Amino acid sequence: MSPTPALVSVRLRVNGREYTAEVPPRLLLSDFLRYRLGLTGTHVGCEHGVCGARTIQLDGAPVRSCLMLAVQADRAALTTVEGLAPGPDRLHPVQEAFRLEHGLQCGFCTPGILMTVTAFLHEHPSPSEAEIRRELAGHLCRCTGYQNIVRAVRRASLLLAADPGRATAGAGRDPVSSP
Amino acid sequence: MKPPAFEYVAVASTEEAVAELAGHGDEARILAGGQSLMPILNMRLAAPGRLVDLNPVSALSYIVERAGGVAIGAMTRQRMAERSELIAAQVPLLAEALPWVGHAAIRNRGTIGGSLAHADPAAELPGVAVCLDARFTVLGGGGERTLGAREFFRGYLATALAPTELLTEVWFPDAPPGSGAAWIEFARRHGDYALVGVAAVVTLKGPTVREARLALIGVDGVPVRAVEAERLLIGAPLSAESMAAAAESVRRTLEPHDDIHATAAYRRHLASVLTVRALARAGERACRP
Amino acid sequence: MIGARIPRNEDPRLLRGLGCFVDDVNPAGVLHAACLRSPHAHARLGSIEASRARALPGVQLVVTAADLGELNEPGPLLIPHPTLTHPRTQRPLALDEVRYVGETVAFVVADDRYVAEDAVDLIVVDYEPLPVVTDAERALSAGAPLVHGNVPANRAARFPQRVGDPDHAFRQAAHVLRERLVIERSCGSPIEGRGVVAEHDPRTGVLRVWTSTQAPLPIKNGLARMFGLPEFQVEVIAPDVGGGFGTKIMLFYPEEILVPWATMRLGRPVKWTEDRREHLIAANQERGQIHDVEAAVDGDGRILALRDHFIHDTGAYTPYGIVVPIITATQLPGPYRLRNYEVEFEVAYTNKVAVSPYRGAGRPHGAFVMERVIGLIAHQLGLEPAEVRRRNFIQPDEFPWDVGLTFQDGGPTRYDSGNYPAGLEMALEHAGFATFRARQAEARNQGRYLGVGMGCYVEGTGIGPYEGAHVRVEPSGRVFVATGLTTQGQGHGTTFAQIVAETLACEASAVTVVTGDTRKFNWGAGTYASRALVTSGNAIHAAAQQVRAKALRLASELLEVSPADLELVDGRVRVKGAPGKELTLGALATVANPIRYAYGKEAADAALRLVKPRAGAVLAEGEAPGLEAFGYYAPPHSTFASGCHVAIVEVDPVTGNVTLLRYVVQHDCGTMVNPTVVEGQIQGGVAQGIGGALYEKIVYDEAGQPLTSTYMDFLMPTAMEIPEIEIVHLETPSPLNPLGIKGVGEAGAIPGPAVLAEAIEDALRPLGVRIREMPLSPNRIRELIEQAQ
Repeated sequence: MSPTPALVSVRLRVNGREYTAEVPPRLLLSDFLRYRLGLTGTHVGCEHGVCGARTIQLDGAPVRSCLMLAVQADRAALTTVEGLAPGPDRLHPVQEAFRLEHGLQCGFCTPGILMTVTAFLHEHPSPSEAEIRRELAGHLCRCTGYQNIVRAVRRASLLLAADPGRATAGAGRDPVSSP
Repeated sequence: MKPPAFEYVAVASTEEAVAELAGHGDEARILAGGQSLMPILNMRLAAPGRLVDLNPVSALSYIVERAGGVAIGAMTRQRMAERSELIAAQVPLLAEALPWVGHAAIRNRGTIGGSLAHADPAAELPGVAVCLDARFTVLGGGGERTLGAREFFRGYLATALAPTELLTEVWFPDAPPGSGAAWIEFARRHGDYALVGVAAVVTLKGPTVREARLALIGVDGVPVRAVEAERLLIGAPLSAESMAAAAESVRRTLEPHDDIHATAAYRRHLASVLTVRALARAGERACRP
Repeated sequence: MIGARIPRNEDPRLLRGLGCFVDDVNPAGVLHAACLRSPHAHARLGSIEASRARALPGVQLVVTAADLGELNEPGPLLIPHPTLTHPRTQRPLALDEVRYVGETVAFVVADDRYVAEDAVDLIVVDYEPLPVVTDAERALSAGAPLVHGNVPANRAARFPQRVGDPDHAFRQAAHVLRERLVIERSCGSPIEGRGVVAEHDPRTGVLRVWTSTQAPLPIKNGLARMFGLPEFQVEVIAPDVGGGFGTKIMLFYPEEILVPWATMRLGRPVKWTEDRREHLIAANQERGQIHDVEAAVDGDGRILALRDHFIHDTGAYTPYGIVVPIITATQLPGPYRLRNYEVEFEVAYTNKVAVSPYRGAGRPHGAFVMERVIGLIAHQLGLEPAEVRRRNFIQPDEFPWDVGLTFQDGGPTRYDSGNYPAGLEMALEHAGFATFRARQAEARNQGRYLGVGMGCYVEGTGIGPYEGAHVRVEPSGRVFVATGLTTQGQGHGTTFAQIVAETLACEASAVTVVTGDTRKFNWGAGTYASRALVTSGNAIHAAAQQVRAKALRLASELLEVSPADLELVDGRVRVKGAPGKELTLGALATVANPIRYAYGKEAADAALRLVKPRAGAVLAEGEAPGLEAFGYYAPPHSTFASGCHVAIVEVDPVTGNVTLLRYVVQHDCGTMVNPTVVEGQIQGGVAQGIGGALYEKIVYDEAGQPLTSTYMDFLMPTAMEIPEIEIVHLETPSPLNPLGIKGVGEAGAIPGPAVLAEAIEDALRPLGVRIREMPLSPNRIRELIEQAQ
């Protein structure tokens, strides 16, 4: 057995807050977020990149956090589901749309979907149903049959169109991102 | 499913990367987008002693015109290539295949070079590369060399890359005038690896096929160029008969495998069906002004 | 409130990522576990060399069977049955022999999961491979390798049942039709796998276990017994659970015993979180059966009798008894009049992971068989399958209808209410069936193959034994509700609240529901068999009614009017026609607790009342303080929901690809508390039904190696594969419970394979294709087309 590899320093922003840590190189980004930072909203689904439950945003773009090492997030700006709601009493329009359309049941796959959907709607503000379903194809949900998720995305696009100022975090590039 | 322990180094340049590979040989593995390598590590199907992370090497991320084609740096994200107007205009086959690669989140991290170096014979990018005879630039301790796509892919997940080499660039030729390209694949679900995929490029001069390129994925250990089928098409108009003959050649010459997703017979059948569909679509596009 | 489509109470928290699933539970200093699992489907277990694993820095404990001692007994047989003559259950860690790939051989606890997996890789086990049998039919045949050396012919059970006189009917029949039908293995695969966290506090003696389960109460009772602890010192909590689908109704998975054992051994909290590979090889599976069915039919297509013999693949063990095949046998007749019925099943051991219920729990198999028989009759007699159904339905005036068999709960299989003919017509009408044949013919002329399929089913739901509830109004006016069973996304936090809100005339959002926490409620069974709303719902209703009655009684005393002059509206009790004379439920709750001390304004008013001159005790004999009540509901027997699905598909005969053009669900679950929640349950169930018909298949090779151990190989449908699901509701309330509720949790998943089999066969009828198996891939459809030519 080879000696334990040295810890690596990382500095990153998550949901607008800066963190520094020393991590083993093999620590997955998803585990770093969940265990080191206590951001348990992003869940363990499959750890091989198929189910999408671990999806977060890296510099505004959805990525599978189970397929990245924590060390690779050095100097990056991440957004997780915890960073979506503008405040303790208000939900992000996408979250609100999911609430209104019964777009979740057990809620386990939901955070990953929210991270994909917020970025998607930022780029495609008025998607068709076919486009929505194609975007959602990267997420497995066992509870809903996807129908109300599709409805929620459509509703979200309407909510965002009606009041674009309500979309704050999680809807595009974080201004503090680094290459 | 957690990766086994490894040493890690993030390099800032290709020279550093090459030095790392030279210093650690078989034990070192390049980490590009991670979308293929990380599942393998998480499932402990490989245990490299050292990961060399190429992500900080921004010099490997580019899409530029060169020498009658488009040169793409190995670390270019698939998503960037998907959005590239240059690629859409000059390498339409690649532009058409890219949205089939996994899902958006995969393409946000996955790289052009990473997918090619991983060499899954059911993956889209190797199929496009073999179809178009892309050229691969490889950097090692002894310097740079280039090789053609068909030389590059050696077997299932195996390429011509020596353990001390890395892929730095892929060059795709521009679509010739009068040509049409088509990518068609059949997968169980959208975003899955294809059961069978076909890349077809047909160049017409008047009604006659002047050049034909036909490559298939999912049918062997490497993407297959259907050279016999191509020969059958050249010099004659593209017709139902000629496409059927091409499809029959494909069916006859392929030796696919059985697995839980498809039998060899079905893959052969799909290959011939999709060959006709891809050729027809490529032909239609070639006819457009 | 009942019947209202309100958004869910639980959603804001879940949407914010503030769900607390078992892997989110992190007691201070928690250690992480990993399992060493057998790589062989059948082998003798020799020595286990774990010294290198134990020596690895960060490893706290490596456990093998030898270390567990007496605790390593075979697990309990959860549901015994007299015909289950050769039950076998699994030990927490294999001793002497392993019988499926994935069986637990050793257990490692380390500082983190990464190190734990490193340690697992260092353990060296001496296996002596033994012959393997994976096919259930082969397992029962002479000379097959034995999964358990002392179970002859691998037969765990044989259960014949008979109703009426099938032999006579077969002799009279105008037609006798036969078919062999095969359903392949599948699994529930919730997106959250299993997981267990345990901690033990030596200061209080309490063992606290969080487990992603559908039934914490029996786990509590079982762990108490296993570890020799009093039940009141064992707490089991099902936190937020990311889908169950039956996979998590299996109790005492090895890890559920090993994790608590390890925490008590180490004196530190221990966590085990299942990864996806483990789930696909070691979490229980289901669905594999082979049926040989015969139908005796008259000249008009009426079924005179049915004989079915089937083989049920139970995997290597029978921890959940033979509930699944019993359900298949009893639910197979479906909504049809079947007076002469003979069914026998044999349960076969194979070298695969054990089988226990997965959404539908045997009903999908029964529906598949019965609906294929309908199709067979239709084909033989040249009738529309819908017409054969019409001629065979139990009519609305024939309830209660006794199938003549004992259901899984020990009660009669007695359909209480429903309207099957109306259900079929509703579904067909909504699907536009009247014009379909013409469209189909036109499409065929254009070389396109469209088909229509139907699937009608009945579903025994809401079985006992019972559930209970605790309802308490707080001085704040908020209502606390606790019940013993659990939630995995069904929205109990809202539907249970709606029941209370209706009874107490308050807002559903003012009601907090706690499920699955044995600290909060000590009685009940669990969430399974589409029973939660029926049982807990009615128990909650009963408790809420008592709370309401007490509130009115207290208010009548305080307001000095008769209860008949009071009404309960908007969370307050008021005197009819006298605005201003009212008391909120919160105020009543305060008054109902005469504890002498004032801690706020309302409490001060209540305390003041206490110091007024008074004769007698503040609490009457037999009276309890507070505005709370406990309620229980034990159903007399199962209540039967029903439904009919209609699907229109297009099949590409060249590739075998199936496109779902329309999918219509008609269903009847009696009273719907929240129609949106009901529809969500159906949509999710239908997705699993479609998955089970076209995508999902667990595959083992001949050596018993699982070939579908990742999500790249076990294919679950995505948003691109599931169409819009159109739902029409029919409500025939259950006469068996006060709320008239029937269960709906499994409904969506039951007829999927039946519906799609008929639709695909209908589409490919010109090519002579017959569908006798599930699931079907495009590859397989193409093979069937080629074979038929």
